[in-house]
Amino acid sequence: MEYRYFPGCTLHEQARNFDITARESARELDIALVELDNWQCCGAVFPLATDALINLVSPYRALASAHAAGFDLVTLCSGCLNVLRRTNRLVATDREAREKLRDFVEMDYAGERRVYHLLEVLRREVTFETLRSRVKRRLTGLHVAPYYGCLLLRPPEEMEFDDVEAPTVMEDFLRALGAEPVDYPFRTECCGAYVALREAKTQAAAQVVRSAAAAGAELVVSSCPACNYNLERVHPTLPVVYFTQLLALALGRDGAFAGQVPDPTPLLRGKSLLPEVS
Amino acid sequence: MPRIGVVVCWCGHNIAGTVDVTQVTAAAAAMPGVVYAEDYKYVCSEPGQDLIRRAIADKRLDAVVVAACSPSMHEATFRQAAAAAGLNPYRVEIANVREQCSWVHRDREEATVKAVALVQAMVAKARREEPLEALRLPVTRRALVIGGGIAGMQAAMDIADAGYQVLLVEREPNLGGRMAQLSETFPTLDCASCILTPRTAEVARHPRIELLTYSEVREVAGYVGDFRVRIARKPAYVDWDRCIGCMLCQEKCPRKVPSPFERDMGFKKAIGVNFPQAVPNRPVIDREHCTYFEKGKCQVCVRVCPVEAVDFEQRETVREEAVGAIVVATGFDVLAPAEFGEYGYGRYPDVIDSLAFERLNSSSGPTGGVIRRPSDGRVPREVVFIQCVGSRDPDRGRGYCSKICCMYTAKHAMLYRHKVPDGQAYVFYMDVRAGGKGYEEFVQRTVEQAGALYLRGRVARVYPEGDRMLVRGVDTLSGQTVEVAADLVVLATAAVPRGDARELAQLLKVGTDAHGFYNEAHPKLRPVETMTRGIFLAGAVQAPRDISETVAQASGAASKVLALFSQEELVADPLVAVVDETRCAGCFLCRPVCPYQAISTRVAGNREVATVNPGLCQGCGACAVACRSGAMALKGFTDEQILAEVEALCLRTGSPG
Repeated sequence: MEYRYFPGCTLHEQARNFDITARESARELDIALVELDNWQCCGAVFPLATDALINLVSPYRALASAHAAGFDLVTLCSGCLNVLRRTNRLVATDREAREKLRDFVEMDYAGERRVYHLLEVLRREVTFETLRSRVKRRLTGLHVAPYYGCLLLRPPEEMEFDDVEAPTVMEDFLRALGAEPVDYPFRTECCGAYVALREAKTQAAAQVVRSAAAAGAELVVSSCPACNYNLERVHPTLPVVYFTQLLALALGRDGAFAGQVPDPTPLLRGKSLLPEVS
Repeated sequence: MPRIGVVVCWCGHNIAGTVDVTQVTAAAAAMPGVVYAEDYKYVCSEPGQDLIRRAIADKRLDAVVVAACSPSMHEATFRQAAAAAGLNPYRVEIANVREQCSWVHRDREEATVKAVALVQAMVAKARREEPLEALRLPVTRRALVIGGGIAGMQAAMDIADAGYQVLLVEREPNLGGRMAQLSETFPTLDCASCILTPRTAEVARHPRIELLTYSEVREVAGYVGDFRVRIARKPAYVDWDRCIGCMLCQEKCPRKVPSPFERDMGFKKAIGVNFPQAVPNRPVIDREHCTYFEKGKCQVCVRVCPVEAVDFEQRETVREEAVGAIVVATGFDVLAPAEFGEYGYGRYPDVIDSLAFERLNSSSGPTGGVIRRPSDGRVPREVVFIQCVGSRDPDRGRGYCSKICCMYTAKHAMLYRHKVPDGQAYVFYMDVRAGGKGYEEFVQRTVEQAGALYLRGRVARVYPEGDRMLVRGVDTLSGQTVEVAADLVVLATAAVPRGDARELAQLLKVGTDAHGFYNEAHPKLRPVETMTRGIFLAGAVQAPRDISETVAQASGAASKVLALFSQEELVADPLVAVVDETRCAGCFLCRPVCPYQAISTRVAGNREVATVNPGLCQGCGACAVACRSGAMALKGFTDEQILAEVEALCLRTGSPG
C-alpha cells in the first residue's frame, strides 16, 4: 500500500502531533505514506463561486503531482480532504474547468486518481478487523466521543464518506482500538470553523463539547486541526485529540500528547494506557 | 387515388395560438388526394365530430386525417365518428400538431411549417391505407383481484354483486390490508375497524367471491378475456378446513416474538392470527420463529388442538386459474425511517413512525388504546409530529407528496388531545395540504379545538436529553430556530410502493413510474386502466391516496371490469403484427424482442415459422424492426406506409425557403 501523502499546512505547524502520529501508525500498519514533493496549502475552503477556478489551482496541482508519481493521494485533515476530493470530482466531471486548470498549471490531469482520508484507508484497505488484530495496547475502558464535524461528510453527494446523518466509521475505528465510542447528538454539527476565530464566538463548539461530556465522554477525537482548535478552548478538562494519536497509542507508541491543553495524559495514565511519569 | 379529407383542430388556443390553422388547412387542401379540408375550434366536440361525419358522407371520403392532439387522447373518438358515417375506422389518421408541435414551439411561422409537414406525412400514409377489421376475442367472465385490503375488497364486492365470479388473492393470512392497522379515520373519526371488519366478513361470506388468503400470484399469461394465472398458496402448517378457529393454539404457544403488525411494539405468538377480528379466523405458523421448526421439539399447538388441524408437513400448493380481467390492489408500504439518521429512528425507542402511533391509538393495539411511549410506558405530555419524512424530498429521491400524511397527522394530534387532555401536540410541517371534503375544516379543528401547535419548518435533529427527546428545527414563519422537548416523536414517513411491486408489475406487464407506483393508461381520462388491456388498478398501488379515494377508484376499476364482462365478445385493435410465412426464415429473432410473449412457433409445411397471437400482441412493432427478412409487418404501420410518411416529411422540410 503506497500513497502520496498530502499533510496540509497545519500538520507541519500547529498540528505536528497529528502528522507525527499518522506517520508512525502508517509505518506500523505497512502503509507507505510518501510526502508529496513541493505541495502547497490546499486553499482550505472549496469555493462556492463556480468561476473561482484560481482557488483550485493548488489542489489541482497536488492531484496532478500524485498522478504523475503514479499513486493515489492520502490526507488527514478534514478540510484538505474536502477541498481535494471536491476538486478531483470537478476535474473529472467538468470539462471546461479541467481544461482551464490544465492550461494554467501546465500539468495534464483528468481526475484519474482517488483521494483518500486515512480513516478510509483503514476501513477499505487495512480493514478494521486487521487493525483490531494489530493493536498492541487495547484502549479498554476509554470513553471517546467521535467528532465528525461537517467537512468530512458534507456535501454527502460529493464526499461519499459515510452516512451523512448517522456516520459510523469513527465508531468502528474506535471499537477496533478497544475504546468505547460515546453516542451524543452533536457529533456531526459544525464547530464554528473560521467564524469562531474571527468573532471569538464559540457557542457552536461549546455545545458539541458539553453534549459529549454529558454523554459520558472522557476524550473527544477529531480529524481536523480547526475543529480541535475550537473544541479544546471551550472546556476546561475534556481533552480533544486527533484520531491518529489514539491509533498510535494503541499501536504501542506514545501518542505525542505533550503540550496539549487540556492535557489528556492524566486520564490515559489513570487508565494505565500511558506509563507513569518516572 | 383515394379521396382524403383533412380536418384541422384549433384546440382553442392550444393549437391555434401557435399554429396558423387556416394556413395549414389551405396547404392541406392542395395536397394530392385531398378533396376536403376544413378547420374547426374543437373537433373532438359533438359539432366537430359531426363535421367529420358529414364530410365523409357528402364528399364520399375514403380516408380522414385529423390534425389535432395526440392519438392517445382522441384517436378512438375520431374513429368512432368515422365508423358512424360508414367509414372503416382504421382509415382515420391523426397528425399530432399539439403535443408534437404547438405545445413545444414558440415561433408561429416555424410551427405552422411543421404542422403542414405533419399533415402531409399523414396524408401520404392515408393514401396507402387498407381497411382493417377489428379482432374478436372470447371473454371469460370471472375476475381476479390481487390484494385483500380496502381497495381489493371493494372491487371484489362490486364485481361479485353484479353477478360475476371473483377470485380474491391476499398475501397475508387475513383480509384488511393496511387499513386493519389503523385506529380511526379522518375526517369523521370513524373507527377503522368498525368500517372494515363488517366488510371483511361480508367479503368472506359472499357466494360469488372465492377467497385465497396467504396466497401469491406467481405467473400471469394470456390476455384480456383469457388470462391464465398461477397462484401459490403458502403453507400455513394448519389445515384450515379442519380448524374451527378456537385459537387455543395461539393462547398456549410458548413462543412470543415482536409483531410486525404492531410495528414491533407488541408481541405475537409463533402460531396465531394478526389481530383478534381477523377474517378468515384461521391461524398460521410463523416458520421462522416456531420452536418446533427451529429445534425439532415443542408441538404444544399439536397437543392442544382439539381437531388435529396442525400439520407441520404442509407444502406450498399451486393452482392455475382462468380469468377475464385482473384488478391490482396491492397497496403501499411506509418508508423505513432508518435512512433518516438525523431523527434517530431505531436508535431512540421514543422516535416512532405514524403507523406505530396508529397502533398505540388502537383499542386492540399493544397498549389497549392508551397512548404510552415505548421506552418506559409513560403517557407522553408533549408529542412532536414531523411531517414530510421522505416525501417532497428530492435530495433523498422522493420528490412526490405522500398526500395522506397532512390529514392523518392532524388526526393523530386530535386523537392525542382527546386521550391526553393536558397534553400538547406540535406539528412540524411544510404546507398543510387538506384538499378533500371536510378536510380543511378538520385540520382547523385540530388547531383551534385540540390546540395543536403547527410550526412551519423542517426538523434538523432529534436527540435525547435526560429522558426526553429534544427536537431542533426551524420555524420559517418567525425565522427562529426552535427547540421542543418532547416525550414522543412521531415521523410521518413517506408512502412508498411495496418492496416487490416491480416484480409483480413485470408479471402483469404493467408499467411503473420512477418510484415503483403503477402507471395508469391516462392520468385524466383512463385513471383505473393500465396500458395492458384487461388489467385495472385500485388504490395506493398507483399512488398514495386515502381511503375514500381508494374506495371510489376501486369501484371505478370494478365498473371497467363489468363493462368488459357485459360484452358478448371483446373487440381488439387489428393493429397487430402479422407474419408473411413465405418470407419468414424461421430465425426467431422476433421472439426475444417481443415484450408480450406474443410470438410462437408454427410448423408450415416442412419448416418452422413465427406466428403472432393477436390477442397478446399490443402492436409495438419491435418484431417488425428486428425481422431480417422483412416477413413481419405491423398492420396499419407497414413499411410502405412509414416510408411514405418519411418521404413526405423530407419533401416538406428538406428544402427550407
